[in-house]
Amino acid sequence: MEIPAIVGAGLAVIGVGIGIGQIGGKAMEAMARQPEMYGKLQTAMLIAAALIEGIGFAALFAV
Amino acid sequence: MEKLIEEFSVGLFFWQTVLFIALIFLLRKFAWKPILNAVIEREEKIEGALKAAEEAENKMKELSANNEKILADARVERENILKDGRSIKEKMIADAKSQASTEAEKIITSAKEQINIEKMKAMTEIKNQVADISIEMAEKILRTELKDAKNQKKLIEEALKKQIN
Amino acid sequence: MHRFLKTMNLEMAKKLVISVLIVLVANFLWASASPVKDTVSTYTAEEKADQKKSKIKEDIKHHLQDSHDFHLFTDETTGKHYGFPLPVILWDEELHVFMSSEFHHGESIVQSKDKYYELHHGKIHRTDESGNIIESAHPIDFSITKNVFMIMVISLMLFIMLFRTNKSYKKRGHLPSGIGRFIEPIILYVRDDIAIPNIGKKHYRKYMGFLLTVFFFVWLVNLFGLTPIGVNITNNIAVTFCLALLTYLITIFTAKKTYWLHLIDPLGNTMPWIAKIPLYILLVPIELLGTIIKPFSLMIRLYANITAGHIVLMSLIGMMFVFNNWIGSSLSFLLAFTLGILELLVAALQAYIFTMLSAVYFGSAVAEHEHDEEH
Repeated sequence: MEIPAIVGAGLAVIGVGIGIGQIGGKAMEAMARQPEMYGKLQTAMLIAAALIEGIGFAALFAV
Repeated sequence: MEKLIEEFSVGLFFWQTVLFIALIFLLRKFAWKPILNAVIEREEKIEGALKAAEEAENKMKELSANNEKILADARVERENILKDGRSIKEKMIADAKSQASTEAEKIITSAKEQINIEKMKAMTEIKNQVADISIEMAEKILRTELKDAKNQKKLIEEALKKQIN
Repeated sequence: MHRFLKTMNLEMAKKLVISVLIVLVANFLWASASPVKDTVSTYTAEEKADQKKSKIKEDIKHHLQDSHDFHLFTDETTGKHYGFPLPVILWDEELHVFMSSEFHHGESIVQSKDKYYELHHGKIHRTDESGNIIESAHPIDFSITKNVFMIMVISLMLFIMLFRTNKSYKKRGHLPSGIGRFIEPIILYVRDDIAIPNIGKKHYRKYMGFLLTVFFFVWLVNLFGLTPIGVNITNNIAVTFCLALLTYLITIFTAKKTYWLHLIDPLGNTMPWIAKIPLYILLVPIELLGTIIKPFSLMIRLYANITAGHIVLMSLIGMMFVFNNWIGSSLSFLLAFTLGILELLVAALQAYIFTMLSAVYFGSAVAEHEHDEEH
């Protein structure tokens, strides 16, 4: 039986979801610990999330 | 991916690019630059005003500190002047008093002296007058006494007696 | 964002919320105004539901597509279309200009300068006299489509809005008035929380024009996509491609020497050059690829977020008619309503992220040796 490509894309998106969740969660923790670093943490978080998101898009559009 | 490429519309891309670049340049000229300049100018103005206010406050503080110092100095000076005045007054009074008393004493002593002198003078005059008078009297008496020989003799005798005794 | 919210007083917030609700409610009323009509009632219930589903699918597809006329709605019983035509501009060896109304919604062939054109599934093809598509001809379509028209309208709106903001400064010294009081906190937010922290105080000014324009443009365009007019400009890959390409070009053309050095020599003086060679065979292509992946992900992110949002929102609205009962329809209405509010947030968030990441890329282009000191 052939597995459709969309399943692979779905799997990739699961990974991306976990990754972005991790980044968001950790960033929240870090912000709670050091509220004065809010700006820098937010920027770093967004960049990292954006990079991971890119992989998700690549997977989706590869279908 | 193929779907994306297939969907890509050259016309839309062309118009979007043209319009967007035009929008960037127009907004840059007519909005962003003047707005940002106005905002920055305002911020600088506020900052300057705040700084000036702070400076003025500092100056005020300095001035008031100075004023206080001057006031304190003046107070001290006044006190000093008053003290000096008081002491001078007291000294003057004391001086005057002492001077007056010495003067009075002097006057008194001189008066006393004068009095004494006058007294002495008067006394000597009186004495002289008394002597004169007594001499005159003695003369008169003698004259009268020595008018007759009897009396003369008697006298000599008496004097002799006295001398012998 | 908190600073922006602080400057907005309660009155303004109330007005904003009310207008948002009006727009959203209008959106749903709009959707319910063009329900799928049962023209023939001889079908079974299941068949009807299937018909509805395929109709909804088609509607969503149509909604997401660009079109050559400004189509507002269609009266399905009479088959009449309401809207207005837009000019069609074609480059096919020579310039062809005519109004899109000549196509009669794809029903007739247009003759222009002894060539024949046909509108088929939103695309213009050259045909022969009898209407057979000539595959070898590729007319390039520069038409003022619905999206182009809306880009023009929104650009004009943006320009008027900001021009007025600028004027209000002159009127009241250094204080904004009217719409400027709404615009200024956003401008300051973009400057103080996006541009300066990421680019640095020294270089940020030359990027402000692009960053502010992109932010306002994307935000406004996304918001317009949520109105009942139903134009989705940012769900066209061409539009996001243009924006991302501009970010990429600006990054490259303003890049300082250190940016290129970092690309070619990412490790710097940390190790002898012989040791670097095997690493660089792997590292340099990755770095070079990274410069292209960054704007590519910018493009895809905006496109995918808006497209996905619209598909989900439209599907939920369509569900109301599929369920066609009190419980299911009201539930899906609630869900669609919530998602609508969420989409409003996404509209601003995507504009913010696009601007933010552009600023980060610009910042990396003008960074001066900060990289070495950080490690």
